[in-house]
Amino acid sequence: MAFSLTPELEKLVDDLLTRYPTKRAGCIPLLHLCQRQVGWISSEVIDFVAKRLDMSTSEVKGVVTFYTMFHQRQVAPNVIWVCRTLACEIRGGRLLQKHLEKRLGCKVGETSKDGQFTLLSAECLAACGQGPAIQINDQYYENLTVEKLDKILDEYAVENPKAATVTK
Amino acid sequence: MADFPKLLTSRYELNESWLLSTVEKHGAYEVARKALTTMKPEEIAAEVKEANIRGRGGAGFPAGVKWGFIPKGNTKPVYLAVNGDEGEPGTFKDRTIMERDPHRLIEGCVITLFAIGGHIAYIYVRCELVKAIRRLEDAIEEARQKGFIGDRPFGKDHKIEIYVQPGAGAYICGEESSLLNSLEGNRGEPRLRPPFPAVEGAFRCPTIVNNVETISSISEIVRMGGKAWSDLSRLPRDGGVRIYGVSGHVKNPGIYEAPVGISMRELVYDLGGGMLYENRPLKAVIPGGSSTPVLRADDVVNAPGENDPLHAWQGKSHLDVPMGADTYRALGTMLGTCCATVMDNSVNMVEVARNLIHFYAHESCGQCTPCREGSAWMRDILDNLCRGKGRKEDVRLLVEIANNIMGNTICAFGDGMSMPMLGLVQKFYDEFLEAAKNGVPGSPLGDSAKELMLGSGA
Ligand SMILES: Cc1cc2nc3c(=O)[nH]c(=O)nc-3n(C[C@H](O)[C@H](O)[C@H](O)COP(=O)(O)O)c2cc1C
Ligand code: FES
Repeated sequence: MAFSLTPELEKLVDDLLTRYPTKRAGCIPLLHLCQRQVGWISSEVIDFVAKRLDMSTSEVKGVVTFYTMFHQRQVAPNVIWVCRTLACEIRGGRLLQKHLEKRLGCKVGETSKDGQFTLLSAECLAACGQGPAIQINDQYYENLTVEKLDKILDEYAVENPKAATVTK
Repeated sequence: MADFPKLLTSRYELNESWLLSTVEKHGAYEVARKALTTMKPEEIAAEVKEANIRGRGGAGFPAGVKWGFIPKGNTKPVYLAVNGDEGEPGTFKDRTIMERDPHRLIEGCVITLFAIGGHIAYIYVRCELVKAIRRLEDAIEEARQKGFIGDRPFGKDHKIEIYVQPGAGAYICGEESSLLNSLEGNRGEPRLRPPFPAVEGAFRCPTIVNNVETISSISEIVRMGGKAWSDLSRLPRDGGVRIYGVSGHVKNPGIYEAPVGISMRELVYDLGGGMLYENRPLKAVIPGGSSTPVLRADDVVNAPGENDPLHAWQGKSHLDVPMGADTYRALGTMLGTCCATVMDNSVNMVEVARNLIHFYAHESCGQCTPCREGSAWMRDILDNLCRGKGRKEDVRLLVEIANNIMGNTICAFGDGMSMPMLGLVQKFYDEFLEAAKNGVPGSPLGDSAKELMLGSGA
């Protein structure tokens, strides 16, 4: 089925394209908007973006495949990124990852059995001084311990299992 | 603890410091108003040049000099691209400016655009930093409503627009030419230079690329004058104050504002509060983000020659050399983004190399063969060394691969991964030989996979 943006988001695109001398420069922000709506970048999304910006589908696909934050497969409603890079690692980041794998019953790169969380490994999140750090959807969680992490996940499970954006 | 005056972070602790209504009472946009209504663009540029501010994004190029590279008589639009990609492992300072005092960055953009004759600034922010992006967008809207940006900022006939452009998860997009390709809607692959961005950058027009902290310093530079700013530093030709970050095994990790040229010892022990665990002394510190070669806590300066730039510190610990772009280059490392990743004696340096090479192998954009293939080879070698499947020759091979990447790539990513690898092997050679013999016990790849971490922090 062909993809289209909600009228609300479509308005944002019009505004977006006034910012640059070329249409193509809107490519990454537009892909973000699409992903915000459907959660990932399907081939329908790629067709839509290509048409909207007068690009070829292969050009758009080239962009999508370059960047880590564009999901090329469907992901769970909640995505957890665990920082694996040095500053977090030496403050216990690896323990967080192991704990998440155990609690969610899946490995990094996979989705939990209940389908609610996709667990991914992140490179340095610019939170090194507050490590170990993870990101769940739009929200950073810092200075974590396994106990703190459990509390956070409990809240997700109870309050808002399907929240795609949780910002405080 | 040393108490340094706060300029860049002076508003961080204010209640709702990201709102215009808060910071306006504390001097926000005073300098922009003065600059646009009473100064000539050349006068502003001259102050910035005299300030001797070296770029805070890692390369340390003098900002005032860079601004001067826009071709004389240029008739094309001039852009400002502010680099908020902040992806260098160990670096987490720009994020604090964008989240806690976004108006300082926006004021810097207004003054800079006026000074370089530009009308549009794109602030390129890695998309993970959702809070920073929202705060910036809200702040831009507030400034627009007040008439600080728009068609006639402060009544001046010099249109100014500022936009936030999100990245999409690629460390390489912090490299300036890659950032420009990404901004234009392409894969973020670095460009061959020349032409340099100041001559031909975004949309084939002259573009000044500066780091978030660099641009956020502009208002204070213009407020106090270039000379006064330069004199805040303890070093010549490297002016001002900057935001230091400390992470790893210290008591008080975080960001600290201090003059340019404090020593690593002050950063770790005074500002950072000293080592996290009483019985685990400092072993090594990465001084400027992961792309800068490591410093060993027990190394001393060997500069007997009177003309050696480090002669003044002859016989002293590396930790006592002031942190400056030139002093650190003379030490064989780089100042980079001026932040310390502190490691105590529980950390195995082969593991450090392995952790970091996984980062580089993941983030290499793949354009240049030496970088793409070399990063993966080094990753495989280090994996083998850590899991006890290595050979003595592997250590030599690591050095050979790194040496063959250096200087053979389009951008500085290749050097930025090779130099620290070479530094780690040179400074901790014995540990690498030991790993070749016995592996690294406790390594996650180790066959005896015990529940052990690099250091046992947390
Ligand atoms: C691989 C690589 C990554 C970089 N990442 C960043 C970054 O995240 N932020 C940044 O400001 N500069 C980064 N730089 C440096 C930029 O290329 C450029 O020198 C800088 O943005 C210029 O601004 P400045 O002169 O104000 O420092 C990176 C460079 C390289 C080679
Ligand atoms: S290393 Fe984890 S945020 Fe930087």
